[in-house]
Amino acid sequence: MSLRDVVYCGVCSYPPEYCEFTGKLKRCKVWLAENHRDIFEQVYGDVETDEAAEKLAASSIGGEREEKLEKDLLRLQSKQENREQRELAKKLSSKVIIRREARTKRKCMVAISGLEVFEIDMKKLAKTFASKFATGCSVSKNVEKKEEIVIQGDVADEAEAYIHKLLEEKGMKDVKVEQIETKKKKKPTGVPGAPAADEE
Amino acid sequence: MFRKFSKEDVHSRSNVKSSVQRTLKTKLVKQFPKLEPVIDELVPKKSQVELIKCEDKIQLYCVDGEVLFFQNFDELIPTLKFVHRIPEAFPTIQVDRGAIKFVLSGANIMCPGLTSPGAQLPEAPGFENDALVIIKAENKESALAVGRLLMSTEDIKSVNKGHGVELIHHLGDCLWNFSVE
Repeated sequence: MSLRDVVYCGVCSYPPEYCEFTGKLKRCKVWLAENHRDIFEQVYGDVETDEAAEKLAASSIGGEREEKLEKDLLRLQSKQENREQRELAKKLSSKVIIRREARTKRKCMVAISGLEVFEIDMKKLAKTFASKFATGCSVSKNVEKKEEIVIQGDVADEAEAYIHKLLEEKGMKDVKVEQIETKKKKKPTGVPGAPAADEE
Repeated sequence: MFRKFSKEDVHSRSNVKSSVQRTLKTKLVKQFPKLEPVIDELVPKKSQVELIKCEDKIQLYCVDGEVLFFQNFDELIPTLKFVHRIPEAFPTIQVDRGAIKFVLSGANIMCPGLTSPGAQLPEAPGFENDALVIIKAENKESALAVGRLLMSTEDIKSVNKGHGVELIHHLGDCLWNFSVE
């Protein structure tokens, strides 16, 4: 009796045997074939045609119930796919807004909103910003009751670069990151007025 | 138990003293005697065990950043990651293929799913009511859930109706997806 090393699927995090029940089977299969060829063959068999027959023979719950199960699984899979597509579309259509807000005289702060869609941990990011830029940085709710990261100091450009990098790591290169500027006191320097009024 | 569970349910985290760690290990071995030869490998002496106290008096124990077992009242319950590493050490029952789908969504296991040809229950005398069991599935090697018997396995065989196992932890629930950091 000794310890086993278990491989978990990189897509759905289940042991590979259970991938078929997650509705992400297609992607799981690809991942497994790429990363663990031996297990792939063990689970799904070498040839597709053999596999189906084998499965039916091995299963004891009878052809009819097996069929129903298969159908259910297929439905789950298509549902899951649709949901993923929707989510991706939502991600691609949304954008990150970096707002630079003037405080007193030469001081300003930067507020970043719209990150929650991308599954980024705001608190953690705030912490990294705080130590990276050596300033105060926190997560707070803005006027629209949405979370945003507030950084003290003029670091909008650096923050933008960092977020770009972060999004690229997640495989979302084309997401828009937009910078806008709002001034509290009157000193118009070609800033679009409409979004400013909106944000405040 | 872990249908709804997230970082917000964590109350406190603390490192466990090595003496407490020792008692924990003996307790584990007492509960599951077959763990004895490997317990030092699973929970090395040098490792740091972390105790995470959560809502509803749930306590998670982490070893080197992975939740290995948890405790609700007195009994220690292994997580699936733990079970997968050494499945032989725990009392096991098997469900048929048709039941997998429901188990994975967190349903209690009904008796017919445990008595059908694809399923497997231990020979008499079997397990007592209230015993902790690992649930695996037909044609699958690894376990997919941890549960507690609502009636003894002999009763399950004879009655064959209603809930047989109360599910505690299953693949894909919040504890499975919970990351310690």
